[in-house]
Amino acid sequence: MSSTPASPLHLAVALDGTGWHPASWREQVARPRDLFTAGYWADQVAEAERGLLDFVTFEDGLGLQSSHYGELDGRTDQVRGRLDAVLTASRIAPLTRHIGLVPTVIATHTEPFHLSKAIATLDYVSTGRAGLRVQISARPHEADHFGRRTFPPISLEELRTPAGQERLTDLFDEAADYVEVVRRLWDSWEDDAEIRDVATGRFVDRDKLHYIDFEGAHFSVKGPSITPRPPQGQPLVTALAHQTVPYRLVARQADIGYVTPRGAEDARAIVAEIRAEQEAAGRADELVHVFGDLVVFLDDDQAAAEDRRARLDALAGEPYESDARIFAGTPAQLADLLQELAAEGLTGFRLRPAVLGHDLPAITGGLVPELQRRGAFRTAYEADTLRGLLGLARPANRFAAV
Amino acid sequence: MSKPLKQIHLAAHFPGVNNTTVWSDPKAGSHIEFSSFVHFAQTAERAKFDFLFLAEGLRLREQGGKIYDLDVVGRPDTFTVLAALAAVTEHLGLTGTINSTFNEPYEVARQFASLDHLSGGRSAWNVVTSWDAFTGENFRRGGFLPKDERYSRAKEFLATTNELFDAWHGDEIVADQASGTFLRDAKAGAFVHSGQHFDIHGQFNVPRSPQGRPVIFQAGDSDEGREFAASSADAIFSRYAQLEAGQSFYTDVKNRLAKYGRRHDQLLILPAASFVLADTDAEAEVLAKEVRRQQVSGATAIKHLEFVWNRDLSSYDPEGPLPGIDPDLGDDHISKGRAQVRMYRDPLATAREWRELAAANNWSIRDLVIETGNRQNFIGSPETVARTINEYVQADASDGFILVPHITPTGLDDFADKVVPLLQEQGVFRTEYEGPTLRHQLGLAHPDEAAAERAAS
Repeated sequence: MSSTPASPLHLAVALDGTGWHPASWREQVARPRDLFTAGYWADQVAEAERGLLDFVTFEDGLGLQSSHYGELDGRTDQVRGRLDAVLTASRIAPLTRHIGLVPTVIATHTEPFHLSKAIATLDYVSTGRAGLRVQISARPHEADHFGRRTFPPISLEELRTPAGQERLTDLFDEAADYVEVVRRLWDSWEDDAEIRDVATGRFVDRDKLHYIDFEGAHFSVKGPSITPRPPQGQPLVTALAHQTVPYRLVARQADIGYVTPRGAEDARAIVAEIRAEQEAAGRADELVHVFGDLVVFLDDDQAAAEDRRARLDALAGEPYESDARIFAGTPAQLADLLQELAAEGLTGFRLRPAVLGHDLPAITGGLVPELQRRGAFRTAYEADTLRGLLGLARPANRFAAV
Repeated sequence: MSKPLKQIHLAAHFPGVNNTTVWSDPKAGSHIEFSSFVHFAQTAERAKFDFLFLAEGLRLREQGGKIYDLDVVGRPDTFTVLAALAAVTEHLGLTGTINSTFNEPYEVARQFASLDHLSGGRSAWNVVTSWDAFTGENFRRGGFLPKDERYSRAKEFLATTNELFDAWHGDEIVADQASGTFLRDAKAGAFVHSGQHFDIHGQFNVPRSPQGRPVIFQAGDSDEGREFAASSADAIFSRYAQLEAGQSFYTDVKNRLAKYGRRHDQLLILPAASFVLADTDAEAEVLAKEVRRQQVSGATAIKHLEFVWNRDLSSYDPEGPLPGIDPDLGDDHISKGRAQVRMYRDPLATAREWRELAAANNWSIRDLVIETGNRQNFIGSPETVARTINEYVQADASDGFILVPHITPTGLDDFADKVVPLLQEQGVFRTEYEGPTLRHQLGLAHPDEAAAERAAS
């Protein structure tokens, strides 16, 4: 370990149901019957805010959860059903003060115009703490919920073939256009567009409202937004990325990319690839965070964490596998791992608690104090907005005359 | 035996994007900051109102090819702000206007079912239609819908979302930690809909919400709109707040219910109503005139005249006489994104009538627009306003009112403090909320009970 004090890390927690392990709902601390109440989500976010975390993300999807990528699995032994992530985040916003709120939005079947004003509004109701996590859906059964497009069957294995990659590329291109529209709409009002000039009777200066005139392969959007520019100017755009195509989306359009390195060498290679794409996209001088995603089982000793993992795997009937590395150990061991990965260029981490009711309090009550002792995590919230917490300045409006 | 007194329903319309809202008043606050919405909603809840109402427009309005800048411009996303308001209120219903043209049923059903869960059963949906290519320019499909199909799409949209809401029955989630059974049924939420506008199938992913379905509002006034309301809505947001017009609308719509097997109390008529309060009736009249002058600036008067003339009249002096030229009868209307222009069906006749009125009264353009514009519905002391509202409701001009204050966010304060207690004293307005959900406040049965009742009859 380097002896110089590490630069402070950023920490987020990914909220999904009762936790990321499919058997998590069967733990005593889980509250599976409360999943569809506001109180449940308020309690989780309050816990995360007690730990001074930068933000929480909310998973979402346009179909029932499934253990198979491309189809429903018909299982009845795991959590199924969820509430809309943007609305859940908004419901929690007035109950919290500092923590960022980053719901998942699915670009594939939804309207960028609606989504742009929804996240702008989340930014208003949270006074500057909103972001979004953009996701695509290649799932045929979700396309069938909309009936406007037909997607052929797909499995995770097929997605890795050249033909599968081509399909993904098309959906990611659409997502890139989607984010472009969302961002232009946020800027479609200049900050001082509202003038309330009683002498001329004008409420707005319409020269400060802008048509965005976006025309793309998948949609055209005229603008301006019906919602004024949000408090942060540009709320956070984030995306999970596992390979080159989504790395490119992160590099071109996002403020944060979540990546899934298996180890230090892997982390270094991923960061290098994203930085190269960032340079190619002409954003070399912009701060783009790269966060490592990890599933965590946290206990006071490593054996307890490993036992818990084994017990949950046994309950589930199979070992839990994840796109992200699965960690089971103590807060100090996790702190070591985070600092080791951070040395390779990761700027923060999004932790996926295996059992929310157990591992989220272990993050806030164990990992956070451990990192604070090492001078690697904040001891108080230092900014009022999510951009502020992440060291991102409020951006100038792209349409404003310089 | 005399008829029992009807209980009045009251709701609060957040002031917004129209010239009823007086933004130029020194008391007028932000139309977009969340604190304004919190103040307004908490005032309505303090007064035991049934619900808060939000309107919506999906493209900034234009006139003469330019963004209309004289009224309030800008508003939040309806669903998102209602979800946040659920956190700062406990009983108040949350009614959002959501368009059935530029949305898809699966997504809207998810949003309303989620809002209903997150508010503990307080969601309501004002279903509106739109067909114009102007608004469509903001959406994936553009102006895809012919005008004459907008109600058929709206009807099928609502029927489809109802199928989605009903796809879960409420008993599917077992969540038995010991046995490991989360869902009773692997096909929970299954639906199939095949129709003219929507061909969708799968499994809906939001379990049954407290109200089963959101309360449904309808706002259209055409014959088709009234039939749609009689067949499918729980309440109508109407524009007939005057006594006789209200009574005639009320009778017309309630009489359409029987053919759908519905009773009179299963559809509430709630007109939008503006009001001006002061200590005395005379003071209120003076204040009401001042407000109407604030609502119609010289610039607003010219723009209003353009709705009828359908021409650029910016060279005319609002303090001068009406234009001598006649309206342009072309199809391409100068005003885009607002419903108001459809009110003038014979512009030549309206122009002639207005010229005669102005000449006879020596009115300027601005005077004419103020005088021919809508007078506030209830003007007077708190006693007068409370008495009039009660008389209208008891005389079946409505079942209550959706009040539209002219000041954001404090425009409801006086009504809450001074009028509501008088209505409560008269025993025609609640002093406590009737139950946890909006259906409780509106006296509407849960959809499951309503279905059981239909099956038994």
